Amino acid sequence: MTDLERSNIFPSVAIETGWELAPCPVLVADVAGVVRAVNEAGRTLLPTAYAGARLDEVVPDWLSAAHLGVGSSDGDPAGWIGGRSVTAHPVRGLDSVAWWLVDDTDVRLAREDLRIERERTAFLSRASSTLLSSLNLQRSMDVTAELAAENLAEAALVIAPSAGPRYPVVTCLRGGRAVSRQLTIDPDSVPGLGEALQGFPPVPSRWIDPASCPSWVVPEGFGEVGSVVVTPLPGHGVPAGALILLRTTAQNAFGTQEEIFARLFAARAGAAMSAARMYAEQASITDTLMRELLPPRLHRVAGVDFAGGYRASATTERVGGDFYDVHPAADDTGESLAVLGDVCGKGLDAAVLTGKIRNTLHALLPLADDHAQMLRLLNRALVASDGSRFATLVLASAAREGENVRLRLTCAGHLPPLVVRADGRVEEAPTRGVLVGVLPEVASTTAHVTLAPGETCLLYTDGITEARGGPFGDVMFGEERLRSALAECAGLPAEAVVERVQMLAAEWVGGGRHDDMAVLAITAPRALGYVG
Amino acid sequence: MSADSLTGVRPVPRYVDLLWDAVVVGDEAGARGVVAGALADGLDRESLLLDVIGAVQRRIGQEWAAGRLRVAQEHAATAINDRVIAALPIHPRPVDGPVGHVTVACVDGEWHALPARLLAEVLLLRGFQVDFLGAHVPGPHLIADLHRTAPDAVALSGSIATRLPTAHATISACQAAGIPVIAGGAAFGYDGRYARLFGAEWAPDARAAADRLARPLPRPRPAHKPIDDLPHLADQEYTMVSRTASRLARTVYKRLESRVPAMRDFSDLQRQHTAEDLRHIVDFLATALYTGDDELFVGFVTWTAGILESRRVPANTLLPTLGLLGDELREFPRAVRMLTRAGEHLSSTISTTGKTE
Repeated sequence: MTDLERSNIFPSVAIETGWELAPCPVLVADVAGVVRAVNEAGRTLLPTAYAGARLDEVVPDWLSAAHLGVGSSDGDPAGWIGGRSVTAHPVRGLDSVAWWLVDDTDVRLAREDLRIERERTAFLSRASSTLLSSLNLQRSMDVTAELAAENLAEAALVIAPSAGPRYPVVTCLRGGRAVSRQLTIDPDSVPGLGEALQGFPPVPSRWIDPASCPSWVVPEGFGEVGSVVVTPLPGHGVPAGALILLRTTAQNAFGTQEEIFARLFAARAGAAMSAARMYAEQASITDTLMRELLPPRLHRVAGVDFAGGYRASATTERVGGDFYDVHPAADDTGESLAVLGDVCGKGLDAAVLTGKIRNTLHALLPLADDHAQMLRLLNRALVASDGSRFATLVLASAAREGENVRLRLTCAGHLPPLVVRADGRVEEAPTRGVLVGVLPEVASTTAHVTLAPGETCLLYTDGITEARGGPFGDVMFGEERLRSALAECAGLPAEAVVERVQMLAAEWVGGGRHDDMAVLAITAPRALGYVG
Repeated sequence: MSADSLTGVRPVPRYVDLLWDAVVVGDEAGARGVVAGALADGLDRESLLLDVIGAVQRRIGQEWAAGRLRVAQEHAATAINDRVIAALPIHPRPVDGPVGHVTVACVDGEWHALPARLLAEVLLLRGFQVDFLGAHVPGPHLIADLHRTAPDAVALSGSIATRLPTAHATISACQAAGIPVIAGGAAFGYDGRYARLFGAEWAPDARAAADRLARPLPRPRPAHKPIDDLPHLADQEYTMVSRTASRLARTVYKRLESRVPAMRDFSDLQRQHTAEDLRHIVDFLATALYTGDDELFVGFVTWTAGILESRRVPANTLLPTLGLLGDELREFPRAVRMLTRAGEHLSSTISTTGKTE
């Protein structure tokens, strides 16, 4: 670069003394890279700089390089001088540049803090949505360990409370998948773990000496443990467990901010795990109570095929006001008793009533030889209870007789059973009776029907025939459609008849609403199908 | 019998024919005999399930579609296949724990459980823990079950295209519960396009599904919203058509009666068929609007035309139906486009095949 060129870039400027006391550090350097002046604030920032010094000997490289290339790069250069972050604004004179060195350390630190906080917030929000998605304890533990290993430490352990000496432990190494184990451990062998697993007394998270860590804490292939933190997982008044975070010697130990952050994560994980635990307890109670109310699985009993199908009106429920049961015969020649019915009301309340009726009928089984008497006693029991509980039902006693099945059928205010003959005729069983639970006395007539091999007797509730739907959505399925469907079912196995009827009714309803639907088929097995 | 006796040289087609002959006449004992014989001959169980029972089941479906099997026969044959599977000797559980845990279920509204059952059986053979929930599983039941059991994956089976919106709701709910889904069955498209559209894995058959499940499926993205898969739903066309499907079908049926004089001489059965066909067209249109796939609708209309021909009803009777639907839905550009394309396609096939009667 010639002098002329230099003087074009750096036209000379009179150095005034007015800025000597300016609060911002200023350094003037000429085209030759020599410091021409430094103000007072400049001398504080750059103690070695003085007029006449070589610029590259008194300022950091980024600044001297910027001085040489001034005017050629976009934006003002920035970098560190001593412990301060500085942005250098050049003001060009005729043969020199005055560098105004503006200290933006605080802004830069604030930006960095903001970035870290944003990342943490994003992580916590992601962690929350992942943790909230499952109500399963195992899954919550897996997710907790995986999130912690990804974001907080190189390895994470989640330990759940346990009533016995074996504890569920989930381990996850960074980049890996959670591994679940049942370990027999002494929680007090890790400081703070015992309290965390009991949920009492409240303890802060604490660092523990890596040397004192029992071997089960350190995952295989982890390397040398640098630091360990035990953080309790707070539950909703119940202990949720503990989170153990491990870092290797290669990684920084946990800082105070990081520990606070780990606690925020632990609060979310603990809430998710205790919610999952409570859901599991509730689900198990519901399952136990529901077991008695669910329709039973039916199969062949004493040479007679039974099949049943059930669809509750609400898709969230498994039970409703329809019910069926089969009480198996004592031996191969005896009669089995099938019952299908419909109680007043809907939903769980109705389901509880079906349970009572099923229990009462079970107790009345020794009287099954006389359906009318059975219904009289059931009626008395219902009327006596509080008079607001009534039901319609069908009793069907079935016994094998040679290759035929002999049936006694009695209706109590219910739709009479339909019998599908081998040639496709569909007959209504001639039985009538009054519903139970309303009148002080009830009467009924029993029908006697014989099924030849391949013939079926179908018991069903009005949820089938009164199902509204069809192509235009407003027509009842009706008995006619049921009869013509059954006419096609001659010779079918019991479960195929049930499936066919259920399927047609469900398709008829389409996406619309429907009542509870129950179907029970009693079929005389075909000889061919009975040999094997 | 050991797994080494698995050989492709066994004449499986022979067993397929024998089993077919038995199930089609409802001969359960005969069917069991065929299966027991195949096992005794050294056929491995997976091959028995998929290459014999599965093959027979496919044939049942084909024969029914071709009108050579009554619906009731189809049910009976399927029931017997099901009984045959239930009667297979119990397979020992793997001693060192299951290789994975899979819940197998059919989409709500799907009654054909046998393909799912076969997959469940194959997974059991391969050492999986399997929860088989069967046919017609309402979404809420499946989700409640997932929260209780937390399987590694859900295998969802569906053969009916109009159940795709329901299938998507179920898949999304599984994913929201953190459980990945693998889908299978004709509903999801011959190449699995709808499974992928809904963010699920896909397998063309039970063997491929079992192979895929041997490796863990990727965990679903947590903050994913179902609408992200189908941004076109924002135009509300699906919502409007599916909500008013019954009314739409009734209106078009009435207009059709005045447009097509021949309908006055229809028997009750013909009227019922016409109404059902019409409703199906509306349901398929809704499904195509949901998936955003014109081909789904055009393909269905073409298929319906074929069925009509086999019932000796001229396929060009579909044209006024499509036209009337287009009139009713003129404010819905995607629906109109699909109806127009289906109409054009139908006209071109009719003109190329000549007279339809």
